[in-house]
Amino acid sequence: MAKPRVPGLIKGLGVTFGTFMRTVKEGADTVQYPHEKEAPPVRARGVIALHEGNCTSCMLCARSCPDWCIYIEGHKELAPPRRAGGAPRKVNKLDRFDIDYALCMYCGICVEVCPFDALFWSPEYEYSEPRIADLLHDKHKLGEWMETVPEAPELEAGAEKKGKK
Amino acid sequence: MNAALLSADLAYWAQSLLRVLGGLVAVLLPAGTVVYLFLFKMMSFMQSRLGPMEAGPFGSMQLFAEVGKWLQKEDIVPERARPEARIFKLAPLIVLASTFLLVVVVPFGPDAWFTDFEAGIFYALAVSSVSVLGILIAGWSSANKYSLLGGLRAAGQLIAYELPMVLAVVGVVIQAGTMNLQQIVVAQNSGSIFGWNGVGNPYILTQFIAFVVFMVSVQAELTQTPFDMPIAESELVSGYMTEYSGFRFLIFFIGEFATAGVFSMIASVLFLGGWGVPFSWFGWTTMDSIDNWMNVGGPLILFTKMIVVVFFIMWVRFSYPRFREDQLQRFAWKVLIPVSLANIMVTAILKVAF
Repeated sequence: MAKPRVPGLIKGLGVTFGTFMRTVKEGADTVQYPHEKEAPPVRARGVIALHEGNCTSCMLCARSCPDWCIYIEGHKELAPPRRAGGAPRKVNKLDRFDIDYALCMYCGICVEVCPFDALFWSPEYEYSEPRIADLLHDKHKLGEWMETVPEAPELEAGAEKKGKK
Repeated sequence: MNAALLSADLAYWAQSLLRVLGGLVAVLLPAGTVVYLFLFKMMSFMQSRLGPMEAGPFGSMQLFAEVGKWLQKEDIVPERARPEARIFKLAPLIVLASTFLLVVVVPFGPDAWFTDFEAGIFYALAVSSVSVLGILIAGWSSANKYSLLGGLRAAGQLIAYELPMVLAVVGVVIQAGTMNLQQIVVAQNSGSIFGWNGVGNPYILTQFIAFVVFMVSVQAELTQTPFDMPIAESELVSGYMTEYSGFRFLIFFIGEFATAGVFSMIASVLFLGGWGVPFSWFGWTTMDSIDNWMNVGGPLILFTKMIVVVFFIMWVRFSYPRFREDQLQRFAWKVLIPVSLANIMVTAILKVAF
């Protein structure tokens, strides 16, 4: 015997009342933000951190940024040669590395495109400012975000490892 | 509220003051309760969130914050409405006035009433349609095509649903044999079901069809959600309320929810026994034998019943999507009115038969 059909109008009332009772008993799905915080997933796109030592100011990130929100200035310096008797090396020195988070749209292309692993995603999200100009993070501030970058998650079984090591 | 009780030994100005204060309490208290309990909390819980939590314990002071916010806002009159600014500004007051006119006839206890009309329910149904005028004026004087459309839709809807409402009430009036709301309450609580008077005879049992028709019409009169075509925010940007801001929007808002409360009071008076408890519990038989404490207990009982009725109104409001304009009119004219006419006929035949 087929189950008697419940009219949709009544079923709809049941849905809202069911949710009501569930919220009363088990609490809401929402989080009362300033009092309790959600832990974002490890790969959440919160803020971009800069590992300054890896950056060669190659400008790939600045050029691939759709919003043009990365500002890089650098100059070349002569460094002592690696081996005795060699010619002095030319190295790129980073003078300025700014990301304007008022413009950034968190696409992550800069992180993807960086050939030297200088940029990382951090799940940190609490960096709003009363003044919009303060959303321009300089290289010092971007470097501080490095502490919040989580360890890279384990690769899946059978995944191809890229890079050295 | 006890103005009638005290009328013997109070000066006229004191009586009037008491009546005004009682009226304010009777309109604003239900409105505040309905907004906080249902609009803020129940709606949030039904959407699995908590609603306002910051202002006061569990957000209970949120309403005062909202009123404070609205009072600070600028009272804007649209440029093209300037020539008729006085009419534009008057419209929300007309809507609110109809609520105050409505609460006048609601009985809260054996002696706690504002007026004791012989034709109480007739008067209530008549003044409840005054708000149509206010809404139409608001829509037209806003000089905005969305507002005008919303006002016209509201007028069409409110007039269409006025009729089944009146016809649903006729069933109750036939059964009670009176249009006086006070006597309708007495008739229900002193009545009996086939000789058993344990719960009196609330008309929701015998007039269930009329109750359903009445509640559907109330839903439409209040322009609550399945019938919120006039203020459809996604297509008419709140209809006749579009151009109102600050204090005048607040008045519309109070009017909407105070009317929900007052209509629920009238529904509980007509169908659920109003302020009374079944008289047989305490051995009362007539109006005069009722104990005096009912003048305090009655309003509380009526308030509780009102909360229950508003719960159903709001539950439906938060569950259903909106009717299309033609479906809405067809439902009123082709379903509700024939059903309530049939109900009147059956009631009349049974009234004569028994």
